Amino acid sequence: MKFTTLLASAAMALGLASGAMAQDKTKVGFVYVGPVGDGGWTYEHNKGRLAVEEHFGDKVETVFVESVPEGPDAERVMTQMALEGADLIFTTSFGYMDPTINVAKKFPDVKFEHATGYKTADNVSVYSARFYEGRAVQGHIAGKMTKSNIIGYIGSYPIPEVIRGINSAYIHAKKVNPDVEFKIVWAYTWFDPAKEADAATVLIEQGADVILQHTDSTAPQAAAQEAGNVVTFGQASDMSEYAPFPRVSSIIDNWAPYYIARTQAVMDGSWATVNTWDGIAQGMVEIGEISDAVPADVKEEALAMKAAMAAGEYHPFTGPLKKQDGSDWLADGEVADDGTLAGMNFYVEGLEGEIPQ
Amino acid sequence: MIVLEKRPQPSKAWSYATPLVAVLATMVFGGILFALLGKNPIEAIGTIFWEPLFGEFAFYYRPQLLVKGAPLVLIAIGLSLGFRAGIWNIGAEGQYIMGAIFGAGAGLAFYPLDAFYIFPIMVIAGAFGGWLWAMIPAFLKVRFGTNEILVSLMLVYVAEQMLASVSLGLLKNPEGFGFPGSRNLQSYDSAHNAELIAGSGMHWGVVAALIAVIFAYVLLNRHMLGFHIRLTGEAPRAAKFAGVNPARLILFCLGLSGALAGLAGMFEVTGPSGVVSIDFNVGYGFTAIIVAFLGRLHPVGILLAGGLMALTYIGGEIAQSQLGLPAAAIQVFQGMLLFFLLAFDLLTNYRIRAAQSEVA
Repeated sequence: MKFTTLLASAAMALGLASGAMAQDKTKVGFVYVGPVGDGGWTYEHNKGRLAVEEHFGDKVETVFVESVPEGPDAERVMTQMALEGADLIFTTSFGYMDPTINVAKKFPDVKFEHATGYKTADNVSVYSARFYEGRAVQGHIAGKMTKSNIIGYIGSYPIPEVIRGINSAYIHAKKVNPDVEFKIVWAYTWFDPAKEADAATVLIEQGADVILQHTDSTAPQAAAQEAGNVVTFGQASDMSEYAPFPRVSSIIDNWAPYYIARTQAVMDGSWATVNTWDGIAQGMVEIGEISDAVPADVKEEALAMKAAMAAGEYHPFTGPLKKQDGSDWLADGEVADDGTLAGMNFYVEGLEGEIPQ
Repeated sequence: MIVLEKRPQPSKAWSYATPLVAVLATMVFGGILFALLGKNPIEAIGTIFWEPLFGEFAFYYRPQLLVKGAPLVLIAIGLSLGFRAGIWNIGAEGQYIMGAIFGAGAGLAFYPLDAFYIFPIMVIAGAFGGWLWAMIPAFLKVRFGTNEILVSLMLVYVAEQMLASVSLGLLKNPEGFGFPGSRNLQSYDSAHNAELIAGSGMHWGVVAALIAVIFAYVLLNRHMLGFHIRLTGEAPRAAKFAGVNPARLILFCLGLSGALAGLAGMFEVTGPSGVVSIDFNVGYGFTAIIVAFLGRLHPVGILLAGGLMALTYIGGEIAQSQLGLPAAAIQVFQGMLLFFLLAFDLLTNYRIRAAQSEVA
């Protein structure tokens, strides 16, 4: 208890001091799980940070620490940022959840925003994007593009977010190509170019001619390029350096508007705990340019699906849908509720293999 | 021309001086690296080495040095005993993971019972987990003469798969909405390795590390077994004549280093980390190898080296956020430390002499 008070008073003293010196500059901290040059997940978060700097100019100061392991190290990095006077800290990986909550308890006056988690507090918000909407578009294109009818999928960790993506992609691939089969490899990493390249190569050797990935590097794109006739999609970032082929489209996470809005809220004093889950409609999920390697009619269908989701007319998880074990999940026309989606821990009917336990 | 001449006896002075010279060389070349990245090298080096110890927020960083250094020292002490005897346990990372799984598993089995005996049981279980994992390469070496370097290293990857498996299955938090990872032991008082004095960073793992240092010092200097360990490493033939049983020595060294690594994992998972999760391990088992060598395989040296490594980690993070140094530059900086240490180690066994060709 004493230590908590000590930390808090130190932070407050510093907050006052630096506030007076820097004319109320709002300090925003970012904790990244990978390097800013990963070309994917962390790269896009860092773009969001740069957008905050550009938008507010002299009124903000941003700091970041990259490649922070999930656990006690993350807790120390966050504490350090809070001590040094950060007003708002974005922690951008699922594994930062408990550390964020721990540090937030010690610094009640600092606001925290945790990406992709589910624990909130008076000064902790959570935010994530409905990547599964993008996966639906990818699944559609993948189902149309595959000739071997084998689609490879590089999973990171078997958590609901990743399972949701696999299900969404599978449902929409199957819809346009009933013979399609998914092969899933679990890499147990968010960012490890060597492991990702291995996974891609294994999938290609097993006959996959489309590779989807839920990992952050461009290594699978490189592996596909080497193989020659394998289609890939940019993950988290556009990865346009591999366009028009093998990368034929992408899911882009656009965090900038959210980061700017939340920083503004801290400046206004209007910041409150929220649980944000935005998708294509709000612009948090973007579909990268569909390249000319995709036939014009397929591209048109994909864009139509995107438009329908943006308008709220179509939900990727619309019944009739069954679970992998054959039990009913959604009745005809029924739409999945957010609670089920958030904790999704089952495959839909037709997917082979088991979710690792 | 310059020639290297082998010293008849390894130089005692150099063996003590090389770590210091290596640190200085790292500072110089690290400084050049930081300057090339467009940062003020003196400020950067100052931030890394000064800020955690004497900076504005040293009251927070100093305890963190204990938290970061304790597992390194605990593991490195165990490794150093084996290294001295020429027994190379490279798989401490795996033993660290198994210690965490066994320790946390033992505690979670009692959940939500509240009792004083739970934590001691977890300590024993953690040490046992690490010991068990180290016994695999030990047994295979004694029985079939396999190479313990390869076997112990490969078992790290097996342990990582086990860690993923229990995070997703056996030890998964039933109230975790399907997300991987165990219950947070920090909120289970009977199993929580809490700070002994709030804010001091002093948890049972730090105490264990200090005890291990003293224990290793006494063992090496005052005990027959310690003499056998040293003898086996320095003069294997002589050791044989002195009646050292190599099989027993292998089992002891690997077992002890495994148990200590397991303890480190157990104290980490029940304290600073709190949860068994898929990427719980962050490389302490591998970094401890650097610490062991940086500390000259000497218990007191290891204590200092562990502190130094912890300092570069924490100072490195501060330099990242304050000066915008990339994480990779910090890693290069840490790598330089081992590189220069090994390079200057040459001077322990060799002397540099200008060759006088006209006299020859």
